[in-house]
Amino acid sequence: MGQLDQSTLWHSNNRRHARIIWGFWFITVLLTVYCWQVMNEETMWVFVYDAPEQGADLLSRMFPPNWLYINQLYEALWDTLNIATLGTLLGVILAFPVAFLAARNTTPSTKFVRPVALFIIAASRSINSLIWALLLVSILGPGILAGIIAIGLRSIGFVAKLLYESIEETNGTSVEAIESTGASRFQVINYAIIPQILPAFLSIAIFRWDINIRESTILGLVGAGGIGLFLSSSLNTLAWPQVTLIILVILATVVVSEYFSAKVRSLLI
Amino acid sequence: MRTWQRPHYLVPNKRWRLALWVMFIAYLVVGIGSVEVNWMRAYEGLDRGAKFLAGFLQPDFTSRAKDIYAGILESLTMTVTSTVVGILLSLPFGVGAARNISPKPVYLFCRSFIALSRSMQEIIVAIFLVALFGFGAFAGFLTLTYATIGFLGKLLAEEIEGIDRKQLEAISATGASWLQRVHMAIWPQVMPRMIGLSFYRFDINFRESAVIGIVGAGGIGATLNTAIDRYEYDSAGAILLIIIVIVMACEYLSGWIRKWVS
Repeated sequence: MGQLDQSTLWHSNNRRHARIIWGFWFITVLLTVYCWQVMNEETMWVFVYDAPEQGADLLSRMFPPNWLYINQLYEALWDTLNIATLGTLLGVILAFPVAFLAARNTTPSTKFVRPVALFIIAASRSINSLIWALLLVSILGPGILAGIIAIGLRSIGFVAKLLYESIEETNGTSVEAIESTGASRFQVINYAIIPQILPAFLSIAIFRWDINIRESTILGLVGAGGIGLFLSSSLNTLAWPQVTLIILVILATVVVSEYFSAKVRSLLI
Repeated sequence: MRTWQRPHYLVPNKRWRLALWVMFIAYLVVGIGSVEVNWMRAYEGLDRGAKFLAGFLQPDFTSRAKDIYAGILESLTMTVTSTVVGILLSLPFGVGAARNISPKPVYLFCRSFIALSRSMQEIIVAIFLVALFGFGAFAGFLTLTYATIGFLGKLLAEEIEGIDRKQLEAISATGASWLQRVHMAIWPQVMPRMIGLSFYRFDINFRESAVIGIVGAGGIGATLNTAIDRYEYDSAGAILLIIIVIVMACEYLSGWIRKWVS
């Protein structure tokens, strides 16, 4: 303890704590500076310095947007909606069993099945849908199907993770009550667990759908269909007024789907 | 004989339930019907799919080791710098966007900046920043920083709006200045969650850094893109496995740190 005379400043942490925090900051600063050096070894600073001019030039090319181009986008928008919705559906269907295998209270074996299910979740979550799409376009050829499967594969991890957490949080007493009637394992899941997680499940699925709408708008950049295809071709032909319009359309789609999903989820909970 | 039927919780009205199902099935029919699939091409792809699976199970770390190392290094350095700079910049934006401690004009400015940053996907931002700043990691760094400001700024603002007012009042009563109030009354309340969220964002930034390389903003994404373009699925499998391992390590580490902080 320091002496409590007038000149002592009040501070909240003990010395050891303060030293650890100081060390943490020191290492962070060191690491950041080092990373900055490594990262910028190949940066062409000439390009960075003339960015304001480039920006002004780009803006003058982008405006006004090519409003008439919207007539060609309706079909692509429908495709985007389909990719997101069917992809979510695929992901949800695949995530359902994975979640039950991953939850501690429903998995058949914590030693073998649970780690596999957790790895599936981790693998699906760590790889962005754009990378899945890149792979699938290379495997299946360009088109909507690759987009749907990419969205589905990415959604498994997200949905299964949130779902298995809510399965683990379910109330054990109703499980016991159903078990005491002599119900089989499936009947217990069907009558004791599913009613408890159903609202959470639907709300997770709709939340993911909303994210998927956002992601499916750009899948076309790697050839997986939807409005991103038009973005990619407009970028390649440097048709900036079309690019502006497409980005505005994407923003509008995202805002509408976010509003819709928030509305439905607030009804569910 | 009467059988028991469990009640329907979500949509108790039978007609509504029927209508929702009909709408759902109608959409499925129309939606799936409008998906054009080139089945011949997809069938030919099965072969490649099998090759990819084989590549994933027997990844080839060695033959492209140099490219992979350079890509991962670029991704990691990009992630570290953009997360740190993004956190630093998100603090003023987050404080500015909290309704209870900021004046109205500042609040509106910060809120609209955050909304703008959140509404654009990283990859679209990356396309523009690559056009402005040239190819390479610097454009990627800017993209991730921009996205981090929106993400953390919003969450910090919400966290500050939800604090316990009593501590703020107690500190104000001692005659503390605005800065002292933020430091002594607000910061201790939001700090534990901010640390957790920062690590979470680090994780997201790493995952995103693997993607924005596809449009030329540096990182492992470019290496992955080349590997897939050349049909080198064993190298692609190796890269994906490295990404998965790093993300899992980040998650584990951030869980550990969050536990330590609280």
